[in-house]
Amino acid sequence: MTEQVFDWMAAANKKAKGKRPEYFDDPEDERMLSILMAVVGEVSVLRERMDTVERLLDAKGTISRDDIESYTPDKEAAYERGAMIREYIYRVMRGPHQMVEELQHAEPPVEEVSKELKEI
Amino acid sequence: MSKTVPNDQKLDVAPPYNAVARHGVSPQPSHDEIARFDFLANFNKFMASTLSPGNKLAYDKRVLPAFLKEHGREPQDRFEIRHAMNKDPFHKFWSALKRNSMEMRQQNGRAIVLRQIDELNAKARQYNEGAQGVKSTLELNPEIAVPRYQSAVDIHCMPGSYHGEELPGDVSAGANYDCGIFATTGGGLGALTDGGGQALVDWIKKERPGWEPRRVLDIGTTVGHNIVPLALAFPDCEFIAIDTAAPILRYAHARAQSLGATNIKFIQANAEDLSRWDDGTFDWVQTTMFLHETSGKALPKIIAEGYRVLADNGLMLHLEQPEYSDAMPLFEQFLRDWDAFNNNEPFWSSMHALDMKDEMVKAGFDRDELFETGVRAVVDREIFPEAPTGEDEDHGRAAFWHAYGAWKNADQMQEAAE
Repeated sequence: MTEQVFDWMAAANKKAKGKRPEYFDDPEDERMLSILMAVVGEVSVLRERMDTVERLLDAKGTISRDDIESYTPDKEAAYERGAMIREYIYRVMRGPHQMVEELQHAEPPVEEVSKELKEI
Repeated sequence: MSKTVPNDQKLDVAPPYNAVARHGVSPQPSHDEIARFDFLANFNKFMASTLSPGNKLAYDKRVLPAFLKEHGREPQDRFEIRHAMNKDPFHKFWSALKRNSMEMRQQNGRAIVLRQIDELNAKARQYNEGAQGVKSTLELNPEIAVPRYQSAVDIHCMPGSYHGEELPGDVSAGANYDCGIFATTGGGLGALTDGGGQALVDWIKKERPGWEPRRVLDIGTTVGHNIVPLALAFPDCEFIAIDTAAPILRYAHARAQSLGATNIKFIQANAEDLSRWDDGTFDWVQTTMFLHETSGKALPKIIAEGYRVLADNGLMLHLEQPEYSDAMPLFEQFLRDWDAFNNNEPFWSSMHALDMKDEMVKAGFDRDELFETGVRAVVDREIFPEAPTGEDEDHGRAAFWHAYGAWKNADQMQEAAE
């Protein structure tokens, strides 16, 4: 390390110069989404690590941390892991994904449907 | 796991970060750091292909009708669309997700690089020490000021931009920029993120078979991605690659040397003033995704200086995203403008509204010397995907460029020869 302790974890979080756009009415929502998205990313990382462990155990029966760190998927495994991440993204992004569907097909409130059914 | 993937179906997934090639100054990612970029690469694909179409739906179904009702007319420009769309709940949420993805990419890249910054600096020193002496392939000049258009904000939300240092003399800016492009492009630029440079090699070999330029100038080279493939393809040619930022050049030089591109001289210089080079010094003046990171007054100066140092029969070529012509729908212009206002690209919007042909004529070219062409990233298609264009395109980030070029005085040269 360098003589003065360099806190790389703090340095990695440095903010980019330039005022951050505000997307939501409540600034706290900006922070909440940033934490949530970081966690969404980290869960994906855990899943990929678990997949690595499972594949190595399948192949070797017993493994070391070095095996995990040096694991490189072959083409088929890489595709399967890509598909695993994709499936995970679709699951956690269900809400925004359904917003697209709502935009495609506008629907009446269920209360209206309820009134309709009462009459037919 | 494999049970959830039907054998007869190929899903569009990003290649694994493991497929990114290592060079002499590559940061070594851990298993989980690789997994972070795997997530982001696939998340960005999801954002572009699955969520982004919601923007057009929101526009057509509610934002445009509300605008027409309020104003009694269509929006006049992309700015009016942006102001209206920024109030739409779908677009707001999509933008917030996308901004987070960009911020995560920076944090993730910086975390990889900064935890091993001492090792990376040591690796870079091995290639850079002595380079400023006898070999003279790296020339840094502390008198070159960081231009306002580079310092006003950190370009593409990259903390510290190209000129920032975490430790004196470090290479963190270049290493972070280099290692994370995979995530934002979903691997569309290939193993060394040099699909643009590879495309230039393919293009010139087809365009001018057998042509051997003597000297090439690459302006705004950053980490040298796009010039290294050309330098390797033309080993007898002298390459000069300039940038205003010393930290990025330290990294670029070490990277190029480790890849065997020893015929590139990296020089800290500002392209607005190329007076150290005589008229007609270069056979090729190149910029690749650079002009949009300058400014309204700098861009014409850079093109004019480029014209001056370009030899007769020489090639000037600029690779950028397509300009906002009258033929491009305003909604597409608005979508392509996202990075300008959400990813710290403050000249992006104005630059793409310029008519590059007019700019090149102002610099001295005859209008009939100009040409335009499309250039698609050249990558190993066994591993890396072809970047989608059209509906699924990640606008502003697609590995498909519009090239604005000219062969200087080529007609006169040919007439003189005949």
